[in-house]
Amino acid sequence: MTETEATPPTASHKRPLVAMRNVSKSFSSGTLALSEMSLTVQGGEFVSLLGPSGCGKSTALRIIAGLGDVTTGEIDWPSSRINSKGLPEGDISFVFQEPTLMPWQTVFGNVYLPLRLTGISKAAARENIMACLDMVGLKDFADAYPRELSGGMKMRVSIARALVTKPKLLLMDEPFAALDEITRQKLNDDVLRLWRETGITVIFVTHSVFESAYLSNRIVVMKARPGRVHADFPLVTSLDRGPLYRTSEEYRATCEKVSHSLMEAIGFPLADGMEMH
Amino acid sequence: MSQTARPPSFLARNRETLLRIAIPILVVVCLVLLWQVLVTATGVPQYILPGPSAVAVALVKDWGTLSPALWVTTKITLSALALALVGGVGIAVFLVQSKWIETAFYPIAVILQVTPIVAIAPLILIYAPTTQVALLICAFLVAFFPILSNMVQGLKSVDHNLLNLFDLYGASRWQTLIYLKLPASLPYFMTGLRIGGGLSLIAAVVAEFAAGSAGAGSGLAFRLLEAQYRLNIPRLFAALILLSALGVVIFAITSFIAWLGLHRWHESSIRREN
Repeated sequence: MTETEATPPTASHKRPLVAMRNVSKSFSSGTLALSEMSLTVQGGEFVSLLGPSGCGKSTALRIIAGLGDVTTGEIDWPSSRINSKGLPEGDISFVFQEPTLMPWQTVFGNVYLPLRLTGISKAAARENIMACLDMVGLKDFADAYPRELSGGMKMRVSIARALVTKPKLLLMDEPFAALDEITRQKLNDDVLRLWRETGITVIFVTHSVFESAYLSNRIVVMKARPGRVHADFPLVTSLDRGPLYRTSEEYRATCEKVSHSLMEAIGFPLADGMEMH
Repeated sequence: MSQTARPPSFLARNRETLLRIAIPILVVVCLVLLWQVLVTATGVPQYILPGPSAVAVALVKDWGTLSPALWVTTKITLSALALALVGGVGIAVFLVQSKWIETAFYPIAVILQVTPIVAIAPLILIYAPTTQVALLICAFLVAFFPILSNMVQGLKSVDHNLLNLFDLYGASRWQTLIYLKLPASLPYFMTGLRIGGGLSLIAAVVAEFAAGSAGAGSGLAFRLLEAQYRLNIPRLFAALILLSALGVVIFAITSFIAWLGLHRWHESSIRREN
């Protein structure tokens, strides 16, 4: 029950949102971080990039975001207006592993930043900002400073800031890796809810099998040295994902499937006894 | 369950604050008293060591001579500090624009800094149109460097993730400077400000010694030397007290500005609670 071949998700008649074609990236140190990676993401997908550290999943995400150039290959945005830097204008947002907030600005000021940079006045942006803060449950903390918030709340601010530009594509780079399990589950549920409500496309980098199996409707497993795609498969669930889903047989089976694929990618030898029904 | 903590009284609540103010004052008062007692008991002549009462009398009696001098020194110190702030921040912003600009110009700033100001002062006196301008230039040169080097450090210490974020949102160079780099280097700027404030006063005094300026338009340093020549030691002490009072005021103001700018967000101004 493993998928060694990269099976593309069911082809949609829609134009894809972003397409990476044979992208390779080597750093100045000579390390080949990504080798011939191709990935097409359709609008509305929740794609997890899963893999061991050093597999290039964060590099791939940064390249999609336009942070750093490709060595060879190309990135295409078939359904976006492209600006002079070759990036889709206002269509992508990024959530880093750290909350990356400006400590001298209030929560409101931090969420305002992307709009401020496009020249929108504070008064015109207020309603939108408060709506985004409401979405992540921080409406009452607009005037607080980041240092007054817990780790999970800071991450929520970071997500609100990413949503304030109403992007088509949300890139998340191990956003909850530094949080405790309870906060992490809560934020996973929040991200799922936002994804359902807004219809946004998410590319989510993680090294957690359970997180990727819980969140995504498509998983791309990556392999290290050099970074490349190992397997690419859709996840379809019959149940609503929520607290109940976490303890369901379906979730367990999904985790097992994802876990096996990851183990293959790492090159972990599967003993006979571990091959489960 | 019925136990409710009684609100502590005013004294209990502000005990630490009161002690913080009272203890240093008490120590200074004790030292001044000791000074007076020693001078009276040993009978040291006034032209060697005047007692605090004699200094106080001199301060009042010579106020007419000392206050214009204090004003001149204050003016030079503050204008030098203001120029150093503008110059230091401006040149720091210029230096961090590119690695090559920094490579080319930073050594010049270092050379200006490491050359003792007393050694350049005679030269500045020749070129400057008036003594006042010469003093201003000297004080500026000394105060400028700590502000510059702190600002360069601050501008280069911006969180890389935040820089990436600004790139991602297509921020211009100007927007990155105004909204990110300058606010992020505020703590470094405040350090530079406090060091520069102290140094500009020192430099204003040293430069006046070196310039050997004299006459009506002179600062406290000249009055100090003059009092020494005339063996008017109480007045020398009075001038000294005015100088240190000026230094304390500058320190208090710069510390207050630092607190104003940082107390909402920076760790250095926030009380640790465990």
